[in-house]
Amino acid sequence: MNFQTTIGLEVHVELKTNSKIYSPSPVEYGDQPNANTNVIDWGYPGVLPTLNKGVVRDGIMAGLALHAQIARRMHFDRKNYFYPDNPKAYQITQSATPIAHDGWIEIEVDGKKKKIGIAEMHIEEDAGKNTHTSKYSYVDLNRQGTPLIEIVSKPDIASPEEAVAYLEALRQRIQFTGISDVKMEEGSMRVDTNISIRPIGADKFGTKTEMKNINSFNYVRKALAFEEKRHQNVLLSGGHIAQETRRYDEPTGTTISMRSKEGADDYRYFPEPDLPPVEVSEDWIKEIEGEMPVMPGERRKHYVDDLGLSDYDAMVLTQTKEMSDFFEEAIKDGGDPKRVANYLMNDVNSYLNDQHVDLQDTKLTPANLAGMVKLIDDGTISSKMAKKVFKGILNGEEPQAYAKEHGLVQLSDPAQLQPIVDDVLANNQQSVDDYKNGKDRAVGYLMGQIMKQTHGKANPKIVTQLLMKSLQAM
Amino acid sequence: MMASKITEQEVKHVAELAKLEFPQAELEQFTTQLGSIIDMFEEIANEDTDGVEPMTNATDRVNAMREDKAVKASPEETAALLKNAPDAADGYIRVPVIIDESEDGE
Repeated sequence: MNFQTTIGLEVHVELKTNSKIYSPSPVEYGDQPNANTNVIDWGYPGVLPTLNKGVVRDGIMAGLALHAQIARRMHFDRKNYFYPDNPKAYQITQSATPIAHDGWIEIEVDGKKKKIGIAEMHIEEDAGKNTHTSKYSYVDLNRQGTPLIEIVSKPDIASPEEAVAYLEALRQRIQFTGISDVKMEEGSMRVDTNISIRPIGADKFGTKTEMKNINSFNYVRKALAFEEKRHQNVLLSGGHIAQETRRYDEPTGTTISMRSKEGADDYRYFPEPDLPPVEVSEDWIKEIEGEMPVMPGERRKHYVDDLGLSDYDAMVLTQTKEMSDFFEEAIKDGGDPKRVANYLMNDVNSYLNDQHVDLQDTKLTPANLAGMVKLIDDGTISSKMAKKVFKGILNGEEPQAYAKEHGLVQLSDPAQLQPIVDDVLANNQQSVDDYKNGKDRAVGYLMGQIMKQTHGKANPKIVTQLLMKSLQAM
Repeated sequence: MMASKITEQEVKHVAELAKLEFPQAELEQFTTQLGSIIDMFEEIANEDTDGVEPMTNATDRVNAMREDKAVKASPEETAALLKNAPDAADGYIRVPVIIDESEDGE
């Protein structure tokens, strides 16, 4: 029997607003536990939430970036559950009136393009964080109230590969809006998966299993592939799939049952009485639309069609908005697109990886990278010298001044180089004879001698020209 | 006497959701009492609500939003919050050990 797979993904994205969604406490990480909390975050009796306008704005932005319909009127709902990281014993979320619905994004797998639908998007609050020891659990409420957007896909995803392509496209689009860092490894993007399989052609979906908080795209692919195979094996051997939540176990690469979902969760949702409804005007949507940065797909097309970059280059340069903006700035500053792209993709990226920093946290500027590239292009510095100048511009140095200061300037003036060429030829008669006898290798030796005389500063292009001319004239 | 609007089983379920436990006698008592309360609310069902939008909020206010400005608590305020926790250690609220089967607030 052959099966078809149905996958739905729920993605939570943490917004990087200044303050929390329902309280003015800062959204900040790495502080002392509970330092960024107030009475509202703790759910003290009698406190009232107030909605952060910035969160609604970011939610609309995300909706627009995912081609979704924006709700013109919405309210919030209470989802009730007990857990120590949730001091109110309810989460204020959206259930009946999501901020956006019916969107889509395009993915590409093996050269085939496909639209994946977005069912709905909610704005809501994150919970605090628990740390466990054998004797106690410790609660830090700094994260409590951090704004989240939950993005629920339609069950349009047909394979683990499509799931990862969807997540990658979603991550990029959200990243380009600037509302979130969307980093899986830091928890600012979290993924829950639902998967079911059914015989090809069957109208009814199979029973689904859920996996929560898988923390890398690679694990999402592996976990879904494992579940897909497990479902097939169970069904083929005559068993049935239990509806349950499972966990991906990284060391073994398998999934493990966590809890049965037989009794549906009963969260007793009801409209949140403490927050008045929100009405979104056409003008506000227009205003936010006007602030929308150019999305990665359009940028890639521009890089390939107008700037002559390869698809792969364009893909790497649009991994983050910061990288893409940096590239575009450097081009504006006169850097050759291909050369700037190569520097960003190789030297800059490996520096960022080694140092574990983001581009925007370095002292490198587009103007300085463009400046260095221009120095290479006009022969002022060799590519070997560029390696040293690159270290300089990483520290915020201006490339031309840096090169001069450190003597990293090529000798390109023929009037200066010709006497050195003459001198080397006069002192190496043997090589000159070898050349005349057809041994081209002699040229390399003579070049080496000239470079040695100039301490490596001679412009090889000019030296080659002068040398060949002199040899032929002999 | 009207047919009961809520069964004892339902009362038990609601109590479980609220993490409450009652002896049998109280369960029976609450079932009767909750039944009368529901009866009282049933009167609303007699009103003609055709064309009336469901109400989600008791005030007429809309768009009561604040600007996205952060206000950080002082160390004294944080200390006062922690002081009200039944148990605290190293700036954390300390609670009996829980198995992390987090419902993680989604």
